[in-house]
Amino acid sequence: MGFLHRHKWLTPYLLLVPGLVWLAIFFLAPLGFLGYQSLETGDAFGLGYEFNWAWHNFSDAISTYHPQLIRSFEYAAIATALALLLSYPLAYWIAFRGGRWKNLLLLFIIAPFFVTYLIRTLAWETILSDNGFVVTTIKHLHLLGVLGDNGHVLASPTAVVAGITYNFLPFMALPLYVSLEQIDPRLIEAAEDLYASKLHAFLRVTLPLSLPGVIAGTLLTFIPAAGDFINAQLLGTPRQYMIGNVIQSRFLEITDYPTAAALSFILMALILVAILVYARVLGTEKLTG
Amino acid sequence: MSSVAEQLPARHGPRPLASIWRFVRRHVLTAYSILVFTYLLVPIAIVVLFSFNNPTGHFNYTWQGFTLDNWKNWDGVPGMRDAIVLSLELAAISAIAATALGTLIALALVRYRFRGRGGTNLLIFLPMSSPEIVLGASLLTLFLTMSHVFTLGFWTIFIAHVMFCISYVVVTVKARLIGFDRHLEEAAMDLGANEFVTFRKVTLPLIAPAILAGLFLSFALSIDDFVITNFVAGSKVTFPLYVWGAARVGAPPQVNVIGSAIFFVAVLAMLANVLVQMRRSKGAN
Repeated sequence: MGFLHRHKWLTPYLLLVPGLVWLAIFFLAPLGFLGYQSLETGDAFGLGYEFNWAWHNFSDAISTYHPQLIRSFEYAAIATALALLLSYPLAYWIAFRGGRWKNLLLLFIIAPFFVTYLIRTLAWETILSDNGFVVTTIKHLHLLGVLGDNGHVLASPTAVVAGITYNFLPFMALPLYVSLEQIDPRLIEAAEDLYASKLHAFLRVTLPLSLPGVIAGTLLTFIPAAGDFINAQLLGTPRQYMIGNVIQSRFLEITDYPTAAALSFILMALILVAILVYARVLGTEKLTG
Repeated sequence: MSSVAEQLPARHGPRPLASIWRFVRRHVLTAYSILVFTYLLVPIAIVVLFSFNNPTGHFNYTWQGFTLDNWKNWDGVPGMRDAIVLSLELAAISAIAATALGTLIALALVRYRFRGRGGTNLLIFLPMSSPEIVLGASLLTLFLTMSHVFTLGFWTIFIAHVMFCISYVVVTVKARLIGFDRHLEEAAMDLGANEFVTFRKVTLPLIAPAILAGLFLSFALSIDDFVITNFVAGSKVTFPLYVWGAARVGAPPQVNVIGSAIFFVAVLAMLANVLVQMRRSKGAN
């Protein structure tokens, strides 16, 4: 204690050291190793891999896997937009009409998280399967045209996007709720007292004030959605595979480490670019503030 | 506000079309919300329902009839019990470790001004904003490169789980510490308690709810993780890995039993928490 009293400035560092060292060794250093590996060449069955600044791994990876890359960002963007459309009115309703049931209603929102990720995705497999409720209803209503040429819902882009939307919806709804809940209802009343229509008051007062929640929710949904591979694997076919599927199989099944590592970095870089573009569109202060 | 809006149109007398329109406008948001809630809850209902299914073949996809056998015989599929035990062990110890490390970081960030704050905040934020698959792939690269130090198995999963839980603990505990009244600690010090005693007797009890929340969150994140664990598990099989393997050949209904059981335990815990909060806020009013 005496030593600490004399060197008070040391206290915060002593508190930080264990956790930050953990993150440095098991988060930062691995990224370095991954970067090193992305520049290696060789093959899994021969002499192993050798580091030789193989920047062509990146261009090779892009030219081979650009369909999956594009698809990942497409699916993630659609799922994020859908999640926003589904959860904004819901969050609004809970925040302004929830009354003393707010916490209970929030519990409903996060309820899917209490079912293991894989199991709730498998539940979608059951729901959308050929003998499942959705397909039989569509068939009963003679709406087969909706299903397209093969009569399936499962194993289609629709199923994969629906699964992604479902799995990450709470990440969108919770920050939306938090930002909507903090809005002082008197501000909206004031706007209406000043003869703003309900729609106008929403567009000019409520929506701008909830923007931090929209931004946080969008990022929290988009980032994991772009890297996801479970939904594509369980609800789709190789024609719906995303970049996560490629990374996972290159790494774990084919042990083509350099390509998998390069793709990981490409994914991270593209997500970063997407975030920056998004921040530029909405204004950087709002993103960091 | 709404009561004024309700009274105003009454002066115009009853107009059926207008009142229908008003009814629709008043309730369209509620109806939409109920639909979204249904979307959120139907898959959960399916998981629970199919835990009572009596499938004839390999696939637990279509409803064949009600049975309690799966619940009575939850341990009837080989390998699943070991996977559950492993998941629980891992979740318990990684939650404790991550909560300890994360709480210390949160204390430093809220309590002290020091050089390197910005960097620390960034290092906390980055793991949360990286795709899981990248975290898993990079950790496996580290473990394979330094295979003379690390053997894939229990401890590498532990390392990974602590790594991705720390940031969430920091965020949770920080939120609580920011609203903390420091005068209470000063009072304790004025009354002659030293820093250690003050921390143990005053600070710790006050931030205990936040620490507990961090602990539960870490436990939940750990027990649910598939993507990262799949990279670093070696030959170990946690419950999510078991489900993944089972899904390829048709998951047995016992998987739904365990999924439902986890769901009910978590919901009961949260419900108790919500009820306590509701009672407390009622008392405060």
